[in-house]
Amino acid sequence: MEKKTNIFVRIWIFYRDAFKNMTWGRPLVWLIILKLFILFAILRVFFFTPAMSGLSEDEKIEVVGENLTKPHNTDTLND
Amino acid sequence: MDVVVWSRIQFAVTAAYHWLFVPLTLGLALVMAIMETLYVVKKDEFWKKTAQFWIKLFAINFAVGIATGIILEFEFGTNWSNYSWFVGDMFGAPLAIEGILAFFMEATFFAVMFFGWDKVSKKFHLASTWLTGIGATISAYWILVANGWMQNPVGTTFNPDTVRSEMASAAAFWEVVTNPVAVSKFCHSVTSGWVTGGIFVVGVSAWYLLKGRQKTFAVRSMLIGGIVGLVGSALVMLSGDSSGVHAAEFQPMKLAAAEGLEDGGKGVAFTIVPGVKVPHVLSFLATHDWNGYVPGINDILNGYTDNKGNVVPSVADKMQMGRKAIDALAQYRELRLTNPEAAAEARAVLEENVQYMGYGHLEKVEDVIPPVGIVFWAFRFMIGLGMLVALVLLLATWFSWKEKIEPKRWLLWAAIVCIPLTYIAGQCGWIVAEVGRQPWTIQGLLPVNVAISSLSAGAVKTTFFIFLAVFALFLAIEIRILIGAIRKGPEVEPEKL
Repeated sequence: MEKKTNIFVRIWIFYRDAFKNMTWGRPLVWLIILKLFILFAILRVFFFTPAMSGLSEDEKIEVVGENLTKPHNTDTLND
Repeated sequence: MDVVVWSRIQFAVTAAYHWLFVPLTLGLALVMAIMETLYVVKKDEFWKKTAQFWIKLFAINFAVGIATGIILEFEFGTNWSNYSWFVGDMFGAPLAIEGILAFFMEATFFAVMFFGWDKVSKKFHLASTWLTGIGATISAYWILVANGWMQNPVGTTFNPDTVRSEMASAAAFWEVVTNPVAVSKFCHSVTSGWVTGGIFVVGVSAWYLLKGRQKTFAVRSMLIGGIVGLVGSALVMLSGDSSGVHAAEFQPMKLAAAEGLEDGGKGVAFTIVPGVKVPHVLSFLATHDWNGYVPGINDILNGYTDNKGNVVPSVADKMQMGRKAIDALAQYRELRLTNPEAAAEARAVLEENVQYMGYGHLEKVEDVIPPVGIVFWAFRFMIGLGMLVALVLLLATWFSWKEKIEPKRWLLWAAIVCIPLTYIAGQCGWIVAEVGRQPWTIQGLLPVNVAISSLSAGAVKTTFFIFLAVFALFLAIEIRILIGAIRKGPEVEPEKL
C-alpha cells in the first residue's frame, strides 16, 4: 500500500506544480511581486514613514494630546 | 493648497482606486460560484469552461487589485497620525480580524480555486470558489465596521489619559460590530458589487454577441450575470433606503447637503434635479413618514427639534461646548499628577461636553457644511446611473432568457456602455458618503484639520504623484491583460493556467 505523504509536503507540491505549470497566470504573479516590492520596499520605506515612528507610547500621547488641546480662536463665536 | 487638502486628495484618489477592484471581486465571485455550482449539479462540461473563463478574469482583477488598500493604511500613519492614534484602540480589532481571518481565508481558497482544477475533488473545488467570495465579503464587512464607526462613533469612550477612543468591554465591541451604519453600508457596498459583477458579465457577453462569437456561452453568461445584477440592484435600493434613514438620524448635514436643502421642515419634497421636485418624498425617505421633519442646512446651523422631540443645539452652542471640552482636557492633562481633585473636576467637565469636542476645533459655524454642489450632484449621478443600469440589466436578462437578445444590437451596445457607468455610479456613492461627512474624520469628534500630521504639503505632493504614476501604470497593465483575455475568449478545451 502506498504511504500517504505528509499534508504540508502535499501542500508544497500543490503550489510548486501549480507555479511550474503556469501559462497566462505567470505575468500576473510577476505583477503581484513587482507591486508588493514597490509598496513595501520603496513606498513604505522611503515615502510613507509613520509620522510618530520612533516615539514611545508616552511620547505619542504627549504629541497627540498637544495637538488636541491647541488654543482655538474664540473671536469667531462672537460675530 | 495646504497639507490637509493634499492629504485628503491623496486619500480620496487611493480609496477610489481601491474601489475599482473591490466591487468586481465581490460581484464576479458570486457569478462564477453560481456557474461552477451549475457545473457540479448538472455535470455539464459547458458550465465548467464558462466558470473557468470568468475565474480567469476574476484572477486578473484580483492580481492587480491586491494590496491597493494597504496604501490607505500607509497614509493613516504618515498623513493622519493624530487620527491614527485617536482611533487605534477601536480600529485595531476589526482590521486585525480582517487581515488575519478574512484575507487569509480569501487568499487560501483563491489558490485552490485558481490552481486546483483536476487536483482536488469537484466539491472541494466548488467549496473553495464559494469561500473565496465569502472571504472577500467578510473582509469587506470588517473594513466597513471601521468606516461605519467613523460616521457614527458608537461603543467607545474618550480616554483623556491616552487621548484616544477606547472600547471598554466586549459589549462595546458588539455595539461597534453591529453599528447600524456599518451594517447598512456593508449591505449597500456588497450588493453594489453584485451589480458591478453582473453588468461586467452582461457587457462582456454583449461584446461576444456583437462580434458573432461564442453565442451560447455569451447568452447563458448574460442570463446569470443579469440575474445577479438585478438581485443586486433591488438590494442596493433597499439598503440605500436604510442608508438614507441613518444619514437623517446620525449625519443630518450630509443628507441636507445631498439634497441641497437650505431650510427644512415637515413633508419636505425630494429634488430630482433643481426645479423638479416630488412632494413629501424626502420626508418619507429620511423618516418613513410622509410628513416627517427633515432639517435643512440653516436649521442645523441654528438648532432644531428632531422627530423624537430632542432639542439639537446650534452649531455655535456645540462649538462653545467643544471648546469647554478641549480646555478641560488641557487642564486635566496639566493637573492630573499634581492636583488630583482639580483634575477630577476638569475631567467631569470634559465628560459632560466630550460629544461636541470636535466642534471646539472649528473656526466658524459654516465649517460644518460640506461642499454642497459636489455631494448634491454625486448623489444624483449615483441614483440616475444606478437606475439606468438596472433597466439595462432587466432588459438583457429578459431577452437572454427568451433567447432573443442577439438581434437587439442597441441593447448589446447599451450593456457595454453600462460597464464604465456602473463604476462611475459606485464612485459617486463613495463621494456622497465621504465628502458628505466633511469636515469630520470622526463624526463630531475629530475634524480633518486636527487629524492631520505635522507634514509639509510638498511631502504629500511627492508621494501623491509617485502613487499616481505607479498605480496608473498598473491599471493600464490590468486593462491590457483583461482586454487580451476577453479577446481570446473562453477555451473549447479546459485550458491550463
